[in-house]
Amino acid sequence: MTPVENPEISEYRRREESITLSSIPEQLAEAGELTHELLTLNFGPHHPATHGVLRLLVTLQGELVRDVKPIIGYVHTGIEKTAEDKAYWKVIPVIERMDYLAYYFNSMAFIGAVETLLEAEVPRRAQYLRVIHLELNRIMSHLVWLGTSALDLGAISMFWYCFREREQILDLFEMSSGQRMHTRYFQVGGVIEDIPTGFAAKLSAFLDVMPGRVDEYGALLNRNEIVLQRLRGTCPLDAETLLALGVTGPLLRAAGNPWDLRKATPYSSYGDFDFKIPVGTVGDNYDRFAVRMAEMRESVKIIRQALDGLPEGPHMTSDRKIALPPRHELATSMEALIHHFKLVTEGFRVPPGEVYYPIEGPRGELGCFVRSDGSSKPARVHMRDSSFVNLQATAPMVEGSYIADMIATLAMLDPVLGGIDR
Amino acid sequence: MPDATGLELIGQDLGEAVLETVFFRNQATLIIDPASNRSVLAALRARGYSFMSSVHGVDYYPEEPRLGVIYELLDMSRVDRISVKLRLHTDAPQLASVVPDLPGDRGWATANHQEREVYDMFGVIFEGHPDLRRILMPEDYEGHPQRRDFPLGGEPVIFTVTESDSMGST
Repeated sequence: MTPVENPEISEYRRREESITLSSIPEQLAEAGELTHELLTLNFGPHHPATHGVLRLLVTLQGELVRDVKPIIGYVHTGIEKTAEDKAYWKVIPVIERMDYLAYYFNSMAFIGAVETLLEAEVPRRAQYLRVIHLELNRIMSHLVWLGTSALDLGAISMFWYCFREREQILDLFEMSSGQRMHTRYFQVGGVIEDIPTGFAAKLSAFLDVMPGRVDEYGALLNRNEIVLQRLRGTCPLDAETLLALGVTGPLLRAAGNPWDLRKATPYSSYGDFDFKIPVGTVGDNYDRFAVRMAEMRESVKIIRQALDGLPEGPHMTSDRKIALPPRHELATSMEALIHHFKLVTEGFRVPPGEVYYPIEGPRGELGCFVRSDGSSKPARVHMRDSSFVNLQATAPMVEGSYIADMIATLAMLDPVLGGIDR
Repeated sequence: MPDATGLELIGQDLGEAVLETVFFRNQATLIIDPASNRSVLAALRARGYSFMSSVHGVDYYPEEPRLGVIYELLDMSRVDRISVKLRLHTDAPQLASVVPDLPGDRGWATANHQEREVYDMFGVIFEGHPDLRRILMPEDYEGHPQRRDFPLGGEPVIFTVTESDSMGST
């Protein structure tokens, strides 16, 4: 469909019309399959079922989806550009705002890359504290996914139950860092503060409750005829196609490939913990749902082990070139004052080089590429966001299925637009 | 990661296409001739690096050649990563796209969105890409914002009173 040359329309409208939908109509006409007129439906950017400001141009033949084109960029805020203008430690708050449901993961990927460049040692206690917060974040992200996905399938009450447990996790985040979201808790060289008194008890109480809650969600959904019909057997995609499209995380594991960076290349002491990787069999929407449900239980197990085995020791590296000196030293030690001044004003310098640091986020491989030119600001920060790559699997998944299944598939894809657009 | 020796061996096997090998912080990087990006990636796929995890764009301003494209490859069975890096001049930013399937040379479907992002942010023109349009910035945006000489801020804001002056108005 080439746009008709019309001098009346603006350059912007002309380019917008230049978005070619596909060559689907011609192909179908050639094959003699075109029995219905094709309808192009603009779905989003403001639509409750697109989980953010995602716009889909859907080509429909009756109720069958023939083609989907995702159009993104509506919440692009230029965080990568902003990061180039900030000292390394000031990048952490902005980078956490990329994927707003996985803020600990974003900062972990960035900090891991910077620590690799600096060759900084992270104390074991800090690594364990990081694991506790990362896994709490994973449960939190999956709870938001479960609540909103159930909402898309018509199960409104699930949303309230999921957000009830999410609130408990956010309270824990508030306790350890003072913030419920975008906590800035991870710092280069460790974590900003040790966990306060009472955190362990509160976390432990949550860990006791959570597996039972997952059972309750299962009781509501696993035998629910509507949920099963919407999920079982709909929009499967095999592992090989997923790998070619770069899809990782629960979507890949649902198709039977047990790839998980926590096991494959353990970072931040993940090798110390005993946990299983849930996998699916056929890779349909039900497997995607079941894998994430099982992952919440595994995360609880990891947090329990990390909490019980939490080593004593410092929560921050002792290298004063990258870590702020303890507050009490500032009044007595000239050296500490100098370090403090230097770190707060200029920040630390990082040796020149390029590093890619991938971790397992809630939606798959979350990697941060950092290039340093030797100054105190990064020369390039690029986040390989899992949602951005996974979104490419939308079209192959839903082609040929019903439009209602597309909604369910989009929910099971779990895209977070803040991460996609950055 | 292949160790430093393993990287040297890969570099030697690939011959002329590899300009340099860099082993830094336990990460292996091949610096290649931009003209042979598809053939190098195909050769690495044959060696087991069959998963492309990421494509990054970099601007090395003020160094020349300024633009850089980095492919991150992963071998899932041996749990091994390798980066392939190439550099381009800003006055000739053309590079063969790795997305399309060519006869006898399978493409990398995952690079579709990522090459569009590199094009959008840095202006690298991927020749043969099936749908090379801006992905994050608006269609009518001018310039490539992640280049180092692109200023931060100064973006005109469209209000109702200024709407008729802006590009998007009809």
